[in-house]
Amino acid sequence: MVELFFGYLAGAVVVLSLLVVFSRNAVHSVLWMLLMFLHMAGLYLLLNAEFLAATQVIVYAGAILVLFLFVIMLLNITEEMRLEQFTVGWPMGVSVSLGVLIAMLAALSGFRTDLKGPWSIEAVERTTHTKALGKVLYTEYMLPFEIASLVLLVAIVGAVYLAKKRLR
Amino acid sequence: MPVVLFLLIAAAFGLGALMMGGLFRLRRPYPEKLMPYESGIDPVGEPRQRFSVRFYVIAMLFVVFDVEAVFMYPWAVVFDRIGLYAFVEMLIFIFVLLVGYLYAWKKEAFRWE
Amino acid sequence: MMKLFELLIQPGSFDILLDILVVVLKIAVVIAVVMLHVAYATYFERKVIGHMQVRMGPREVGPHGLLQPVADMLKLFFKEDIIPARADKPVFYLAPVISLMAALSSLAVIPFFDGFVIADINIGLLFILAVSSLGSYGIVLSGWASNSKYSFLGGLRSMAQVISYEVAMGLSLVGVMIMAGSLNLTEIVRAQASYPAGMFAVPQVLGFFVFIVAAIAETNRAPFDLPEAESELVAGYFVEYSGMRFALFYAAEYIGMIVMGALAVTCFLGGWTVPGFVTAVLPFLEHVPGVVWFIGKLYFIIFFYYWIRATLPRYRYDQLMNIGWKILIPLALVNILITGIAKVIL
Repeated sequence: MVELFFGYLAGAVVVLSLLVVFSRNAVHSVLWMLLMFLHMAGLYLLLNAEFLAATQVIVYAGAILVLFLFVIMLLNITEEMRLEQFTVGWPMGVSVSLGVLIAMLAALSGFRTDLKGPWSIEAVERTTHTKALGKVLYTEYMLPFEIASLVLLVAIVGAVYLAKKRLR
Repeated sequence: MPVVLFLLIAAAFGLGALMMGGLFRLRRPYPEKLMPYESGIDPVGEPRQRFSVRFYVIAMLFVVFDVEAVFMYPWAVVFDRIGLYAFVEMLIFIFVLLVGYLYAWKKEAFRWE
Repeated sequence: MMKLFELLIQPGSFDILLDILVVVLKIAVVIAVVMLHVAYATYFERKVIGHMQVRMGPREVGPHGLLQPVADMLKLFFKEDIIPARADKPVFYLAPVISLMAALSSLAVIPFFDGFVIADINIGLLFILAVSSLGSYGIVLSGWASNSKYSFLGGLRSMAQVISYEVAMGLSLVGVMIMAGSLNLTEIVRAQASYPAGMFAVPQVLGFFVFIVAAIAETNRAPFDLPEAESELVAGYFVEYSGMRFALFYAAEYIGMIVMGALAVTCFLGGWTVPGFVTAVLPFLEHVPGVVWFIGKLYFIIFFYYWIRATLPRYRYDQLMNIGWKILIPLALVNILITGIAKVIL
């Protein structure tokens, strides 16, 4: 049963990603992407990571995609997307994608399933995923967490600075 | 699982209501009726215009603060277990973001006129 | 959620079908009851605001106008469905359904009374936040797809407004999470019963205030109803929608109100429980079923929505952004700090 769900979700993610890429209309692309993010949240749920699933929807589907939508609407690309210069670059694109694919296949040999940490599936289920994540993130991984705040700070400053001239 | 069921039923309810209506309602379109509404005047120009860059800045800041809020949820839930240590940690986190927040405030990113 | 997944893996799946049937029945009951409430919420809104403005409100259809929602529904059902020329059809069709789906599915995790919740998931609170952030897609997409200036502007405004207040709302609930130590809405209600005040609205008064203001803005209600400001944008994002599609948007707005009200009741007003000090004085109140308490508190919040709409004029857009970014977010952060300090000291 779980395999069935996984198969459906994984297949849907692949198909939806293709739809995102091949949609002519940028707003339709965003809609397909929204659907794809929801399926990815489903994949996280299958992995018992319900907090990550919620975060996937809140941050990616609810925030980052909104930003995409704003940018698409801000630029209002209707004529530009039919221009030649955006379609002639495909040999470059294909070679980059193939390179990434080969790198990923090479990395697959290092894939191991027998590693076990202190947080087994049962332990995570008992404490609930959110609490398990909280306990680990705010004790063991304190430094990355603080660095994340700096990354966010850079994002704020960057966004405000880029738009500064237009804000006046 | 019940959530997925609920989503399906909600979608079916919405679509069903639309389709049922489609069986009964009138459909007599003519060009004037299908024209976008603009207080009785014929529409001029493209409706999907470029708009203020402020919307973009707001969306960007929203992404940042949304991530900040998401970081707080697991922290809040385990507050009891890790206590003061986590509290100080979160204070530093909030302080760093507060710097960015004040910067945005000073640069008038929140101002509309 | 996970338990049901495990159930589905095991052989002997007749029980599963039965479980699914029970869940479907529960969902049907909840949706039916909520839709009935939506229909009559419109009636009460007109009545309440009418009386506040020394008018009578609807009174032609049925005794005291009680059949008015039925008449409205029939009318909307048979109205012609107009799709504006050069609209993006698939998106135009989809937008109201997205709005309705997002609004309805939040109901899945709300505990209406002890033991009655369709999906008792661990991240109930986050689920509602996630789904409500999806609801704004329906609005902005409808504005974009209609190919009309009014709706495009209304959609943009609404999106910027919703995202600005969503941060404040998320932060205002952090205090509740600290006090309850859980994201499960049932556990949050239980946690409140063990506090002396019986509800988080007392210790979390700042969070409660921020939450209520943000909830009104999230649902695009007056005085934050700029996206549909009828005096400037006519009806905003749904100006091009008619008949049943318009009804779906309208229903989604009212369901949104009910969901936000229900969230306020579960997170701040103690859900289906009665505060301990009340039952100590009036012991017979313990026998009142929980659902009555829940609905009573919910009705109060909804009445409060109408009250505010009848009292306050609409904000200007710059004021709206100021309130969201410069007042509510700092207040919510202060609330988190106070709660954290109190928790560390006590």
